[in-house]
Amino acid sequence: MKNRERWHALGFISPALAGLSVFTALPVALAVIMSLFDWPIFGDREFTGLGNYRTLLTESPDFWPALRNSILFTVLYVPANLTVALVLALLLGPRLRGRAVFRVLFFIPVVTPMVANALVWKLVLQPEGLLNGLAGEWFGITLPSFLADRNWAMIAIVVMSVWAGMGYNMLVLTAALEQLPTSVLEAARMDGAQGRHLLWRVTLPLISPAIFFAAVMTIIGSLQVFAQPQLLTGGGPGNSTIPLVMFIYDTGFKFQDLGLASAAAWLLFVLIIGITALQFRAQRRWVHYEH
Amino acid sequence: MSTSGRWRSFVAHGTAVVAALLFITPLVYAFFSALKPSREVLLAPPALIGSEVRWGNFAEVFTFAPFTTYIINSFLVSSAGVLVVLFVSATAGYAFARLRWRGRDVVFVLFLGTLMVPQEVLVIPMFVVMQWFGWVDSYPALIFPWAFTAFGTFLMRQFFRGIPYELEEAARVDGAGPVRAFTRIVLPLAGPALAVLAVFTFLNYWNSYLWPLIAVNDYATLGTLPIGLASFSSQTGTRWDLQMAASVISMIPTTILVIALQRHLVKGIATSGLGGR
Repeated sequence: MKNRERWHALGFISPALAGLSVFTALPVALAVIMSLFDWPIFGDREFTGLGNYRTLLTESPDFWPALRNSILFTVLYVPANLTVALVLALLLGPRLRGRAVFRVLFFIPVVTPMVANALVWKLVLQPEGLLNGLAGEWFGITLPSFLADRNWAMIAIVVMSVWAGMGYNMLVLTAALEQLPTSVLEAARMDGAQGRHLLWRVTLPLISPAIFFAAVMTIIGSLQVFAQPQLLTGGGPGNSTIPLVMFIYDTGFKFQDLGLASAAAWLLFVLIIGITALQFRAQRRWVHYEH
Repeated sequence: MSTSGRWRSFVAHGTAVVAALLFITPLVYAFFSALKPSREVLLAPPALIGSEVRWGNFAEVFTFAPFTTYIINSFLVSSAGVLVVLFVSATAGYAFARLRWRGRDVVFVLFLGTLMVPQEVLVIPMFVVMQWFGWVDSYPALIFPWAFTAFGTFLMRQFFRGIPYELEEAARVDGAGPVRAFTRIVLPLAGPALAVLAVFTFLNYWNSYLWPLIAVNDYATLGTLPIGLASFSSQTGTRWDLQMAASVISMIPTTILVIALQRHLVKGIATSGLGGR
């Protein structure tokens, strides 16, 4: 009986096991090997040891800027995303009429193709587009050409990305707020907690696990940003908005150097794991779990 | 309600309305730009409506590029992806949740470990795997590589664990094996979890951009909507009218899906938890 159950289990699990072996374990191993080779898309490969890593860290003109851009994007995007999402989740609370309609509206760009979102914003941000046009028409101000300006291009990408992505965290935080025990909030109110005090001392600590979860997932996601800069600025002006994933894509498929691209992908992986581990360490200080 | 309460409520509603209007402005602008003659899209001062209203722009998108093919491909690939993911996740989830076998917990932790490796790290070696399989420029390359995520298995396992054992045991006593218990008892109860997983998977496939960009070169026959739209935009250059029409068309299917599912939105996010952006 026990023995037969084991065979059944093997049967049930084998599709997933086979798939994960071929499409996850194999590529992970391959990524390590490829990063040690000069590996063009077509043609002969050659073992180069740590050569690719050396090239990345000392010779490649775009690697360090790409790393900096990814980190800069994350530093700007994550707090902005979480703040907007939290404010909206609080605003669209149980006492707001029509909250369901508002929620759907703010969530729509999360599920529409990022390419379409980015093209819409590309038009809005053209020098003759809606934003610059209205600023000139209504206020007589000449705004910079956001996507072509070194100082503004990254900010424009961040604003567009927050618009497109924050609806997800808004719903994550809404779900957390809806699960708050009303008894606790009532008790706090009876004790005289009100307004800002109630928010900072009671509500936010109670949903801090959800905020932590949203922060971790959003940071991981923002280190993988690709479509928005690729479509809005093409990484420019210069290399000022090339993120790491775009560097990996260009290295692999524009310059056809899969070995160097694999080495860069590994460094991206280390970065993501490292930052996630740091967050789990830091959470003890501010995340409050019920026991 | 007290005066201050009423005032606060008024401010809250006003803020929500203003925020919503600001939020949809880009979409409204895109829609009206899609209806303008090409030369007038970027004319100063910005106007909502041009010298004529050209609904024909939406039709012209389809003569300019094979958008019908893109849409069909996206539907095919996303639907096939959903079927594979549901099958793989439900079977593996059942083995982890309901069957007893040695090494189960260790294997489960290994499964979860694969969640830590993001797609962006794997696309380069995955392309080489596709070369080995001869799958570059093929439907299988668009469907299979990302269908074996442990996320679905995890979700199904969590759901199966919540189903009372008694239901299954009654069937087992009557002589049914795990396969029949799975297909007749457990799976029919898993509707809600399967639905959440199906929607998430469909959206992931539908919006996938980086991988199709790598796996497909022949856009005319194998292009999906996102890469079709991106290449359309680089081909049409300054034809903003057509680009906006194409963008609006691309947004319609998933927008309908979200509006149809709006009542389950918050609950769906709460039960699936993972898979953030």
